[in-house]
Amino acid sequence: MLTILRKELADYFTSIRCFVLFLLVLAASFVAIYAAYHGIREASIDPGPVFIKLFTIEEDLPSLTVLIALLVPIIGVALGFDAINGERSSGTLNRILSQPVYRDSVINGKFLAGIVTMAIMIGAIILIVGGYGLRMIGVPPGAEEIIRIFIYFISAVIYGAFWMGLAILFSVLFRSLAVSLLFPMAIWILFGIPASIFNPYISFFVPAVSDSIGVQLMIARISPYFLFEEATTVLLIPVWRGYGLLTSTTTGSMLPNPLSMDQSLLIVWPQLTALLAITAICFAISYIVFMRQEIRST
Amino acid sequence: MGKKIIVKTEDLTKDYDGVTVVDHLNLQVAENEVFGLLGPNGAGKTTTILMLLGLTEPASGTAQIYGFDSTRQPLKVKRLAGYLPEKVGFYDTLTAKENLRFIAELNNIGRAESEPLIEEVLKSVGLGEVADKTVNKFSRGMKQRLGIADVLVKKPKVAFLDEPTAGLDPEGINQIIDLIANLPKMGTTVVFSSHRLYEVQQVCHSIGILSKGKMVIQGALDELGRDALAEGRFRIEVETAEPSPQLIGVIKKIKGVSKVEAKGNVLHITTDADLRAEISKAVVQSGVALTQVKIEEFSLDDIYMKYFHEAD
Repeated sequence: MLTILRKELADYFTSIRCFVLFLLVLAASFVAIYAAYHGIREASIDPGPVFIKLFTIEEDLPSLTVLIALLVPIIGVALGFDAINGERSSGTLNRILSQPVYRDSVINGKFLAGIVTMAIMIGAIILIVGGYGLRMIGVPPGAEEIIRIFIYFISAVIYGAFWMGLAILFSVLFRSLAVSLLFPMAIWILFGIPASIFNPYISFFVPAVSDSIGVQLMIARISPYFLFEEATTVLLIPVWRGYGLLTSTTTGSMLPNPLSMDQSLLIVWPQLTALLAITAICFAISYIVFMRQEIRST
Repeated sequence: MGKKIIVKTEDLTKDYDGVTVVDHLNLQVAENEVFGLLGPNGAGKTTTILMLLGLTEPASGTAQIYGFDSTRQPLKVKRLAGYLPEKVGFYDTLTAKENLRFIAELNNIGRAESEPLIEEVLKSVGLGEVADKTVNKFSRGMKQRLGIADVLVKKPKVAFLDEPTAGLDPEGINQIIDLIANLPKMGTTVVFSSHRLYEVQQVCHSIGILSKGKMVIQGALDELGRDALAEGRFRIEVETAEPSPQLIGVIKKIKGVSKVEAKGNVLHITTDADLRAEISKAVVQSGVALTQVKIEEFSLDDIYMKYFHEAD
């Protein structure tokens, strides 16, 4: 499996596809730095640690977290959509499977190589923004901020792994590259639409929905995009206390001081678990289908 | 005979969506021979090969290579067997050498051993000079030869080549055929499928003819040829300067000769055994100038057509 992992990584790093993705990553980093540069002065007046705000400030331009939430699915899909059917149509799949390797090491190797590539890309964005930000504001991050950023990094990689897993699943299911690219993209766009757009339709059929924010939230949380957004907000904005059933009276009586690390984690734990679970489900289905699939190309 | 059987199937059966593709197939291939798997498109050749390699699970029956069950011990089988798929493909952006290196690594062949091996194998298929070119610049024939190199890198005991000459020009076909013919000398048994009878006849020691997933006939090529041509007997052609009825009389008296026909200067003699020595001796002794004596050649077409029509 290590051989396959190494070869896939070498493939990714030398491919034009990855070059374009890295350019995208660079562009996103600079946009985020620009946004942070213009917004940090006002934001630093608010309570809470300063350094971590670099990642969440929106000033005319989208913040880094918004950009990552947008970019990561594209990267994931781009890395995974031709994983299996690309090999199949180029005729290399049966050649590799006739070598003395377990069939699962092919799909495992590809999945791992994708995760490593994505980790490098996301890590690069965070480090670029963090590094320039540090030069800009001159306030070093505290230990807790570093841990928060690290957990954010991990969850971004998991989020990307979900999209890659989804793309790999379609590349196992469909022989055509176009189909396996379109399906995950369609799902991405569908989930990218704010859930509130659907609420009128849903409440038309299930009237109870419009009355209950809880039910609306539940529906919104089907979307991995929403889950990731929630996780990001809690992790990177320490004053954030939770979701949903907070009325203006309760928020008004809350102290605007940051939550401790473990409290934030506690709030966001279900979101992280759910992200991990849907990733695992995607991968498991593609794994099982691939293991049982007929190998012949005709 | 007494040759070791290394590839064996017993009642091998496979169906796709209720259509039986391979039907209780019994196949035997002896060590160090070239075995030709013949049959029209859709006869089940590829499926049989895939099952032998453990890439597809049979519905029933077993496939064995060197005594290892292809379904239960696929890794052991894949270590011994090389496979050249019908539509062979390589990583286009890698060079020929890199493609082979990847395969060597998958076979756990260390760098120290694999580098000279790759050079040698590429040279043997005539790709030594383009070893460092990327594969997307290769022609169809070069890719096919690289495919053979790819099989040879793992030094297989048995190589399965699926339609290795499909889509090649005559020169390309000859190159592949030459390569295949040399493999048994290097200790590799070859099983290859094709529907070009001429090339099969050139290199194969044994053949099996498949039709609708069933084995119609299998055996040594020369025996089958005699079977088709003269119901198991030999046909000997004798060309003389001037065949006389007297000479025909002499030949007819040789033990084992059953029939003599004269066509111009050529006598067609049907015999029970290879009697070339006795016949030429008789001709020379009768004082007639002998031009040539040979066993009449059969073409695989004869065999194919005979058994194929029987199957229908």
